[in-house]
Amino acid sequence: MSGPPKADGAADAGTRHQRVRFYQVGSHVVGNRLLDPEQRTVQARTDRSNTLTCGHRACRGCGEALGARYVLDAAMRASGGELVAANATGCLEVFSTPFPESSWQLPWIHSVFGNAPAVASGVAAALRAKGRDDVRVIGQGGDGGTVDIGFGCLSGMFERNDDVLYVCYDNEAYMNTGVQRSGATPPAARTANTKPIADHPGNRFGQGKDLPRIAIAHGIPYVATATVAEPHDLERKVETAVGMRGARYIHVFVPCPLGWGSASHDTIKLARLVKETGLFPVYEAVDGEVVGVSKIRRQVPVEEYLKLQRRYAHLFGEHGRPDIVERLQAGADRNIREFGLLDGDEEVQW
Amino acid sequence: MLRQIEGSAAIAETVARCRPEVVCAYPISPQTHIVEGLSDLVRAGELAPCEYMMVESEFAAMSVCIGASAAGARAYTATASQGLLFMAEALFNASGLGLPIVMTVANRAVGSPINIWNDHSDSMSQRDSGWLQLYAEDNQEAADLHVQAFRIAEALSLPVMVCMDGFILTHAYERVDVPSAEQVDAFLPAFEPRQVLDPADPMTIGAMVGPEAFAEVKYLAHAKQMQALDVIPEVAADFEAAFGRRSGGLVRGYRLEDAETIVVALGSVLGTIEDTIDAMREDGVSIGALAIKSFRPFPMEEVRAALEGAKRVVVLEKALAVGVGGIVSANVRMALSGIQLHGYTVIAGLGGRPITGASLRRLFDDAVADRLEPLSFLDMDWERIEAELKRMAAGGRSGPHAENILREVGIVAGGSH
Amino acid sequence: MTQSGESGEMFQVRVHGRGGQGAVTAAELLSIAGFDEGRHAQAFPSFGSERTGAPVVSFCRFDSVPIRTREPVSEPDALIVQDATLIHQVDLFAGLAPQGYLLLNSTHSLAELGLEEIAERLPAGHALTVPASEIARRNLGRPLANAALLGGFAALTGQLRLESVQDAIRERFPGAAGEGNAAAAAECFAAVEEATGVTRA
Repeated sequence: MSGPPKADGAADAGTRHQRVRFYQVGSHVVGNRLLDPEQRTVQARTDRSNTLTCGHRACRGCGEALGARYVLDAAMRASGGELVAANATGCLEVFSTPFPESSWQLPWIHSVFGNAPAVASGVAAALRAKGRDDVRVIGQGGDGGTVDIGFGCLSGMFERNDDVLYVCYDNEAYMNTGVQRSGATPPAARTANTKPIADHPGNRFGQGKDLPRIAIAHGIPYVATATVAEPHDLERKVETAVGMRGARYIHVFVPCPLGWGSASHDTIKLARLVKETGLFPVYEAVDGEVVGVSKIRRQVPVEEYLKLQRRYAHLFGEHGRPDIVERLQAGADRNIREFGLLDGDEEVQW
Repeated sequence: MLRQIEGSAAIAETVARCRPEVVCAYPISPQTHIVEGLSDLVRAGELAPCEYMMVESEFAAMSVCIGASAAGARAYTATASQGLLFMAEALFNASGLGLPIVMTVANRAVGSPINIWNDHSDSMSQRDSGWLQLYAEDNQEAADLHVQAFRIAEALSLPVMVCMDGFILTHAYERVDVPSAEQVDAFLPAFEPRQVLDPADPMTIGAMVGPEAFAEVKYLAHAKQMQALDVIPEVAADFEAAFGRRSGGLVRGYRLEDAETIVVALGSVLGTIEDTIDAMREDGVSIGALAIKSFRPFPMEEVRAALEGAKRVVVLEKALAVGVGGIVSANVRMALSGIQLHGYTVIAGLGGRPITGASLRRLFDDAVADRLEPLSFLDMDWERIEAELKRMAAGGRSGPHAENILREVGIVAGGSH
Repeated sequence: MTQSGESGEMFQVRVHGRGGQGAVTAAELLSIAGFDEGRHAQAFPSFGSERTGAPVVSFCRFDSVPIRTREPVSEPDALIVQDATLIHQVDLFAGLAPQGYLLLNSTHSLAELGLEEIAERLPAGHALTVPASEIARRNLGRPLANAALLGGFAALTGQLRLESVQDAIRERFPGAAGEGNAAAAAECFAAVEEATGVTRA
């Protein structure tokens, strides 16, 4: 248990002091006292920026709020606090800026749903024109705003290699409008317009976009995937990305208890399980090539992950669909093969 | 069948009975329950054959409708606000190509600032896109207008927007007699497109037209909308004969006989207006209302005929043409050209601000006493506006007004803590 | 379509809750129950984007003639409060009619909640708390009080029969959930009858 924060004589520009209470909850994540201070996460530091500060209106257990806090605090630290954010319409924008309040402690703009990547590019261009490209730009949005309606602008940003780090918080549906299917909704998931009615297994198979791979195909300097279960990994990727110039993309898996019908205390567990099943490969790529994968520590069958979410409840029980669960398992197994996610596996082979 | 049902659900079921073959869905508040309802019906096999496509944006939604309609399918989508604007280019394209697409617009304000509540900014912004615009007063009419819309659209080869107030109607539970499949089938013939993409008879759709012919093509679009002035009442009359109730048409008068003051409005606010008028009539005030049902084409003659005997006209609008004033009132004035009367424009309900019976009563009392300015705003917080204008005049930082107003309210986080 | 106005007897209800507690559903079910009894009914929420925990308000009007007005209910004849933590956060009692009713979900009494003044303003037997979450937990397994409170509303105001409320509940929630909610409504109905001493037919 940490006491009141001490003044940090070497506080960086852009970090802020604040009173932060840590509660030891038996996790390996925050406040690991066995680690050197230098090795701890930004989140473990009492002088973190707290860029998305308290008072926002996210649901309990919101993975996106967690992900945004991790990403932005890491980005603020890596950029010395010289950071501007462009945010797409969506849950993050809505819960962080309830009139007349704002949770943001950095310059922040929301324009419309589909243009966050372009707005970010515009900000970056202006800063360069003014000789201020020491100030970095982050564009961010949910899966709907990134994979679907913002896709054209995102591709344009990639193609021009604009100096923007774009972060997608993927909770796999349009959540703020009531849980409708997006291009990132996984097969078999129930959403408000992919209900398991009659023979329909929820969302259809074969649909959906693998945006990290699409980003890699654009050949941009840096692409990474991450989850909110592993803040060290996520922060390191953000730090790496901020240390580079050009178009960079990070895709963060963020559970949504409301939309997925999961318990609000299972958010981090689900993020851990999605990786350990192989359903969500965690890796990074530089200049169009995968350079590292985060191996699965202990492989877990997809069922363990699916069963914690009501959006997959129709696959189990009396009218369950073991055939679909099998297909989902096959998808996970394919990822494991293609990315070499188990120890001893070959390197990436697409 | 008469049911107590959510407006969106009534629309979904009614649209399904119109047998669209392609439905495009991109979610935006407050239209989501409509497209979700249609998804369920398609999945349950109740709407078939129908391709239900979850597209990646509203621009894609309208574009898919364009392709589908050009290939001979009855096509439908729904949107609101930002989504309507996002498909703006495609809207003009659809009407220019003469494609009889039907779309529900769940009326919602347009940002910035982002606002998900009801007003008419969205559909008004596209009033010149070449689409017909029909406005529903309640959910019964909203459902009925969709049935009529497909028939009108296909008769004229023009796309039709059915406008219903977002949240106020879409999310309201009230009684709706949802037409049966048999009733709709009897009323709505199968879609027989005038031109269609068909390998058996290839045609080119969407060629470039230069100065030598563009004006004529554009005029023909206008001429078709003028024809709609006849088709809309005909279809409404047929509808009444078939379904036993009045819905749609060009305009509808309420207690207009000998009314000295007439309030003109569109959409659901008419319900609250009518209640207010009844109370005022009981107090001996000579007042009535005119509901405009078809805003495009604008029914010049009918509006003129309804209003020309009045002493004063109050146009209550849920949209503001920034830099000018009223939108509906501008059209109403055209209809009244040459007629002398007091004309008042009142902007109300922007961004979902409720329009209460009490406010309307005060407003109409002021109108009757000719105490209104030509352009006024209902229930505006003038103190807040004066404060902001003063701040601007004192050379304050430029920037979005909303943020400055927030700063004054005192809670913008300019820094940490 | 609307007809020219006739005078009716409008009864207006306002429901206060938090996102996730079913305040919107409560108003909808009231309107369906009213419709089933042959009345005109209109229900709609105050609107916002999806978020659990946020204060939510929904409205229901009943009348013997078609309801044309669309404004929010500012002068409710009855208030249903699903969550007592709203008491000092939201102006719950704004516009409550002098002869109005108040039904508040709590294990505490109105006095214990600091609401005696409100109770005194209203006619005797018009303001009550009822432990609807506990009733729901017993009948449903979950402390989801919205349906239970509708049974309480029926007993408190006499505006609806318990059967109509239960039918609406069963129609909305199929199977065991419907039965559990209907039972919770019945228990809440009985609890209110006992508290007021007024038995509804």
